[in-house]
Amino acid sequence: MSDHHPTGFTRWLYTTNHKDIGSMYLWFSFIMFLIGGAMAMVIRAELYQPGLQFVDPNFFNQMTTMHGLIMVFGAVMPSMVGLANWLIPMMIGAPDMALPRMNNWSFWILPFAFTLLLSSLFMEGGAPNFGWTFYAPLSTTFGPPSTDFFILGVHMMGISSIMGAINVIVTVFNMRAPGMTLMKMPLFVWTWLITAFLLIMVMPVLAGTVTMMLTDRHFGTSFFDAAGGGDPVMFQHIFWFFGHPEVYIMILPAFGVVSEIIPTFSRKKLFGYSSMVYATASIALLSFIVWAHHMFAVGMPVAGELFFMIATMLIAVPTGVKVFNWVATMWQGALTFETPMLFSIAFVILFTIGGFSGVMLAMAPVDFQYHDTYFVVAHFHYVLFPGAIFGTTAAVYYWLPKWAGKMYNETAGKIHFWLSMIFVNLTFFPMHFSGLAGMPRRIPDYNMMFADFNMWASIGAFGLGLTQVYFLVIVLLTLKNGKTAEQKQWEGASGLEWDAMPSPAPYHTFSTPPKID
Amino acid sequence: MAIRRKLIAGIASLLSIVLSGVVQAATDMNMRPGVTETSNAAYDLHMMVIWVMVAISVVVFGAMIYSFIFHRKSKNYKPATFHHSTKVEMIWTAIPIIILIYLTIPAVKLLIKMEDASNSEMSIQVTGSQWKWHYKYLEHDVEFFSELDRSLTITDENYLLEVDNALVVPVETKVRFLVTASDVIHSWWVPDLAVKKDAIPGFINETWTAIPADQAGKTFRGQCTELCGKDHGFMPVVVKVLSKEDFKAWVAQKDQERLAAEKAAAEAAAQSWDMDKLMAMGKEVYDSKCAQCHQASGLGIPPAFPALKGSPIALGPVDAHINIVVNGKSGTGMAAYGPQLTDAELAAVITYERNAWENNTGDKVQPADIQAFKAGN
Amino acid sequence: MTEQTQQESNKKLVWRLVGIIGGMFVFAFALIPLYNVFCDITGINGKTRGQALYQDVKIDKKRVVTIEFLTNINRGMPWQFESRVKSMEVHPGELNEVRFYAKNRSKFDIIGQSVPSVSPGEAALYLNKTECFCFDQQRLVAGEEIEMPMKFYIDADLPEDISRLTLSYQLFNVTESVNAATEATK
Repeated sequence: MSDHHPTGFTRWLYTTNHKDIGSMYLWFSFIMFLIGGAMAMVIRAELYQPGLQFVDPNFFNQMTTMHGLIMVFGAVMPSMVGLANWLIPMMIGAPDMALPRMNNWSFWILPFAFTLLLSSLFMEGGAPNFGWTFYAPLSTTFGPPSTDFFILGVHMMGISSIMGAINVIVTVFNMRAPGMTLMKMPLFVWTWLITAFLLIMVMPVLAGTVTMMLTDRHFGTSFFDAAGGGDPVMFQHIFWFFGHPEVYIMILPAFGVVSEIIPTFSRKKLFGYSSMVYATASIALLSFIVWAHHMFAVGMPVAGELFFMIATMLIAVPTGVKVFNWVATMWQGALTFETPMLFSIAFVILFTIGGFSGVMLAMAPVDFQYHDTYFVVAHFHYVLFPGAIFGTTAAVYYWLPKWAGKMYNETAGKIHFWLSMIFVNLTFFPMHFSGLAGMPRRIPDYNMMFADFNMWASIGAFGLGLTQVYFLVIVLLTLKNGKTAEQKQWEGASGLEWDAMPSPAPYHTFSTPPKID
Repeated sequence: MAIRRKLIAGIASLLSIVLSGVVQAATDMNMRPGVTETSNAAYDLHMMVIWVMVAISVVVFGAMIYSFIFHRKSKNYKPATFHHSTKVEMIWTAIPIIILIYLTIPAVKLLIKMEDASNSEMSIQVTGSQWKWHYKYLEHDVEFFSELDRSLTITDENYLLEVDNALVVPVETKVRFLVTASDVIHSWWVPDLAVKKDAIPGFINETWTAIPADQAGKTFRGQCTELCGKDHGFMPVVVKVLSKEDFKAWVAQKDQERLAAEKAAAEAAAQSWDMDKLMAMGKEVYDSKCAQCHQASGLGIPPAFPALKGSPIALGPVDAHINIVVNGKSGTGMAAYGPQLTDAELAAVITYERNAWENNTGDKVQPADIQAFKAGN
Repeated sequence: MTEQTQQESNKKLVWRLVGIIGGMFVFAFALIPLYNVFCDITGINGKTRGQALYQDVKIDKKRVVTIEFLTNINRGMPWQFESRVKSMEVHPGELNEVRFYAKNRSKFDIIGQSVPSVSPGEAALYLNKTECFCFDQQRLVAGEEIEMPMKFYIDADLPEDISRLTLSYQLFNVTESVNAATEATK
């Protein structure tokens, strides 16, 4: 067992090594995060004050659409797959992912998919401008010519995600070291396993949706066109049948990350391991029967609205269990507050706030007032930024010593945390207020009464954007001249990746399976 | 004594200023209670959830903060070893369920009430299109378009929230809105009435409101809340509330206006307009209705909004040109202007498009031509 | 587990997962007919049903229901289209007829398709049409006008709380798509 590996560009192009692929996923998602972030800066610059200053309304719509698509499919999802690639084999004692060649393929589709999507910005008629939810008929009959490239791009990233999900499932089912029973797996592996099942259930539905769009646009079908007997509301049903589980696809792995980190820095075992597993599974199951809570305003019959309202509110129960379990893990622990722990704590608090606004949005009669306003924007950014992205950030700080064998600068990490924490709230909290005051989402210009909230949000967003560039600097400096990390960098850490291998993790690990007691 | 009283009065007034400032700030940040029974009920429910959430936050975040302070390693705190308790886990599964039931009951009641549009006394059809609203009073012979008033600037109080023709409704009347759309999905929202309904092409949705008598004379403003293309942010909803008598008078006045317009149209059709007059009026109409998409330069924003300068429509047969302006073009943002503009305006704007920007066809389109086209002759 | 059996069992699992994925892709398309069946049963989107037969229908003379007719013309449709009456008061179970007028005001032949929608949505379940122009497309040559009958009855089982329903027709210009389809089949 040697640490030998090929060098140069072909190493990355041909690699089937889960660690290489994991790194590529993480770097790719970070690049996408910066591109999507740059688009957010354009949006916030335009919204800094009332009036149209920088962009025209059509380009503004392209920015909101591309920002959403890039962040969801380019930044958050690949970053989670990157973590899965790095960590799952190391956590379950496997030498690699089960299907290494497919792993390579599923990564290398992504750069092409996103080049295709981004190139639409330079096409005649511009990029897709119908929102990341691409409601018909705005995206079908009324879509710009680049919509076809968008459809192809979505197909490609869908295939990539599906292949990634197959790999995770097969790895977890077939590659566990002897003695690593399912209920002994780290929670991160559990959350990813459930996420992978969600992915293979709903990504094909998304593929079906965009295929129907394509045939509606070019082959004379009328799935979503009333003139031909179709129904535009049908589009929303199918889209959200994919879209709601998608929300959990983005957040469940972050739940897993936090469930690894909090016990480490509390020096105490995770509270309620099995209830965490069951809670995650019930969130995933419930996610299939709540989709229409995104559509309370489309004119559903009361019975339908009641069903989706109550089912949605039920999700608060398993989510609450998770939050209580994290708090109970910290309770009477011996807490220290290193950067990964700080991000995890912020995750718990801010995600809970996002959950609260989620319950509010679930209540149909009040949702008529919140629906499609900035209140919704505030809600989902609270679960995505301090949720998914803080989760990934915490994971990077926590496992970087293991991945790179180098330790980041703790002070720099803490500065990064506190700046992120302040700016994320400054950006997204005022959006609750502008939404309640009546500001619809996806508008490029607004009345004076929303001006203060938007100014604060814009200032916060610029700060938040710069802070993430600082994160890049921290990581690069760590890789270049960070202090050498110990095998078990964190005193309270447990798990195979800390106990059974040095830091940095060798290129090949667990060529012979470890012994699990 | 006098000084003390003055001091107290001073402090009291200062306090009340500060307090009202705080209250004002808190109101600005919160949802508006609105003016109808349902909007008030929605607001109450909203506040109820907020307080429940605040209470939960205090407990959960309180426990977290307590352990941050007292259970830190730096205080040499020895970690406990418990990691499981069925009893505790049962309790914190049960409590949220109870809280949710407590929240669901009023929500269900309110929802059923909000969705019951039966026994309405008046119906208005609301049709959304890119990017304006059309209102049609089913019991009266009144219908009109309602479009953003673009003359307002940022400093105006109602910037982006003012229209040329507001929807007018009477007080103390259960008004039913039949909401639909003619191109893409829009959403009709008036926050103060707690009414929001999607306008879906090919389908009809209904919703309702009943405004109390003391709101007569007030105006309520909202916006389109479903992304509907380029000018989604520029199609406000304005509802003016009148007393029952004033509403009757308003309907009568609308009838007068319609008759006058018909007469004016007949007169316009009877005379022949010269080029200068058509071009002057045409430019005015073009700048207010067409330039948003086709641009003042006539260059458009292709491919969604084609250029008119040198376009096959503007240089081609007059009939096809009239057809597209009067009836619109399906599957595109080109609306039907036949119902929205007078014959004279249509004639003028078509003449303008055929002669501006070096199109120079020399064609003159007369109001009579439009009248003939509309009649199908 | 040996290398061999590992490979085998991976393969088996992958094929099972691919099966799920294929199934879900098909399911997305199956959602369309499923949704339509669901709508048909619950009336959730106000779409009316196909042609009904008028036989053995119970008539409720005591009850009066108001039915309103709305007509909307989609953009790019140069027709005049309206109902001859704005609304009717009918007894449930009674067979009624209402006539719609259409005129092609353009200088071209145009094919039109009307799409019905009923509000409140659940009332769509009780509105039975024995004859309707919306079952077919209409082709009108330039300047042609027609009167189109629509015969319907309201089921006596219409819920008590519904005393008024609105039937809206949106008229679409389908000339281009029909012509494209006939071109394609040639």
